[in-house]
Amino acid sequence: MATLEIHDLHVTVEADNATKEILKGVDLTVKQGETHAIMGPNGSGKSTLAYSLAGHPKYTITGGTVTLDGEDVLEMSVDERARAGLFLAMQYPVEIPGVSVSNFLRTSATAVRGEAPKLRTWVKEVREAMERLNMDPAFAERNVNEGFSGGEKKRHEILQLELLKPKIAILDETDSGLDVDALRVVSEGVNRVREGGEVGTLLITHYTRILRYIKPDFVHVFSAGRIVESGGAELADKLENEGYEAYTKGGVSA
Amino acid sequence: MAEAQNIPVGSTTAGQIAVAAESTVATRMSAPPSFDVADFPVPHGREEEWRFTPLERLRGLHDGTAVVTGDGVSVEIEAPEGVTVETVGRDDARLGTAGTPVDRVAAQAYSAFEKAGVITVPKETVLTEPIRIAVRGQGGTSYGHQVIELGAFAEAVVVIDHTGDAVLAANVDYVLGDGAKLTVVSVQDWDDKAVHVAQHNALIGRDATFKSVVVTFGGDLVRLHPRVAYAGTGGEAELFGLYFTDAGQHQEHRLLVDHNVPHCKSNVVYKGALQGESAHAVWIGDVLIEAKAEGTDTYEMNRNLVLTDGARVDSVPNLEIETGEIVGAGHASATGRFDDEQLFYLMARGIPADEARRLVVRGFFAELVQQIGVADLQERLLVRIDEELEASV
Ligand SMILES: Nc1ncnc2c1ncn2[C@@H]1O[C@H](COP(=O)(O)OP(=O)(O)OP(=O)(O)O)[C@@H](O)[C@H]1O
Ligand SMILES: [Mg+2]
Repeated sequence: MATLEIHDLHVTVEADNATKEILKGVDLTVKQGETHAIMGPNGSGKSTLAYSLAGHPKYTITGGTVTLDGEDVLEMSVDERARAGLFLAMQYPVEIPGVSVSNFLRTSATAVRGEAPKLRTWVKEVREAMERLNMDPAFAERNVNEGFSGGEKKRHEILQLELLKPKIAILDETDSGLDVDALRVVSEGVNRVREGGEVGTLLITHYTRILRYIKPDFVHVFSAGRIVESGGAELADKLENEGYEAYTKGGVSA
Repeated sequence: MAEAQNIPVGSTTAGQIAVAAESTVATRMSAPPSFDVADFPVPHGREEEWRFTPLERLRGLHDGTAVVTGDGVSVEIEAPEGVTVETVGRDDARLGTAGTPVDRVAAQAYSAFEKAGVITVPKETVLTEPIRIAVRGQGGTSYGHQVIELGAFAEAVVVIDHTGDAVLAANVDYVLGDGAKLTVVSVQDWDDKAVHVAQHNALIGRDATFKSVVVTFGGDLVRLHPRVAYAGTGGEAELFGLYFTDAGQHQEHRLLVDHNVPHCKSNVVYKGALQGESAHAVWIGDVLIEAKAEGTDTYEMNRNLVLTDGARVDSVPNLEIETGEIVGAGHASATGRFDDEQLFYLMARGIPADEARRLVVRGFFAELVQQIGVADLQERLLVRIDEELEASV
């Protein structure tokens, strides 16, 4: 069973010629089939956690360990992590001029699966996945994220999630910028992948709204670079009613 | 054309992307065109037409010190039936009719070549197979002149391949009769040390169509000067170019389309990718719409993709318009960087770094290749691009 184990993770960034510690000892274990929601105020370090797990070069790991099924993730390059089964749906997906979605998806699936998918089944697979996400087939011929609306970018991220079938999916604010319809479509996509029971999901969000569609097994409150409280789905209700104030104003021994 | 994607030159990242100051066609050249090298002073490097070129790497082509050696280049021509292939002396009347050398190196080439090649496609002859010209560098220095002439309503595709190592300065004339259609693909796939400077003159007859595809991969220094003028109304020119400038290479493309006749069209699209320390690409796109050229329709665009730090692009589009009675005139230049966020995004999808770069460059070029409109040429070009990328990215 796939397990992502994060232990005492410390991460810094370089900003304005100073080193700033953003993550201050994160502990978290995500197992296949589980869904963990990470909730926290703006600037608490949620994206930093996501990027650090994916291996973004701007973030320096200064302490702690991350393993996927016992393998040292921090030793792996970004592409190795993806091939090992880590997937990050980004908060702000970038535009790649000159690369069509269809070419990108196929190259990526080839890399992750270790062999090129058979052309005929692949075309069908992509078409059906796009239909399920209410994506116009014309998207396949557009350049990656170029001129996509916020909602289209997020659908495109979830499309990749469906096609790449990772062991661990980190979804960074997949709900932000979506209207209710888009939120439902995207959530259904995530749920389809979850229903397979093969993916462990780390759902990063600022709002509880998405949790009405995607039911978490665990909820963690993130504040000032670490998890300050963990609980079940009911913790989200508490946050819904009370907000993050209790955590940001030092209400919890942080 | 996706106008919205065009970032103004230099608006992207700091440092390696330079914006050359605006300058106009008329003030560009420091001496008037001439066939005689003596009419051009030896350039010192600050002239408008030389300021981007590292003169010290021209191996003497610019100052008369380059000495012709016997082992310059070999030229092999494969032509389908009906085509006349000749080697002629300096006094042949067909030489130099499409244009006049505009700088010292072109004039030097014209003053120094011994034999010229003349390829003629008779009128109304429509070729189904391309004419192939293989120019192989043998390590020496040479000056060349080649004429390709199509009679009225003739149609031909010419593929010129440059390989090996050489120091070569040349002039190439394309003369298109009325209603003729000529597609020329010139591939500069030189070895690392080669120096190649050439002026291409196309003279487009009434209702004739000229399509040029310039592909520059190799060489230490390549400086090409494709020029177009019209001999009658209704002419069309499409100038496509792509270059892949690697560490240490200087690749310069200086275009001029002279709308000297009413109701002609031109479309220029050049795209380049650069990588590595001191990779330097220069693109100058001059379009002149003369006062008499009413009804002109022209567009020119240059896009560059900078893959790594240390590479430099100078991109200068120039549009000089002497009449308002035109259909359209536009230009765009954009230089963008393949940045770390793009690399991260692709790698986060399992794609190794090298492959990610290749993917981006291939896509960037494919967009241009698809516009060429000759299916089997397009396919072969994409294969060449893949090979180049496999070898160097
Ligand atoms: N690359 C970076 N350079 C400088 N500072 C950074 C960088 N990345 C993150 N930070 C800083 O680290 C802190 C945490 O940022 P992060 O993006 O991880 O927060 P977040 O919890 O995802 O916030 P949001 O809810 O707004 O997405 C912020 O103060 C941010 O400014
Ligand atoms: Mg964030």
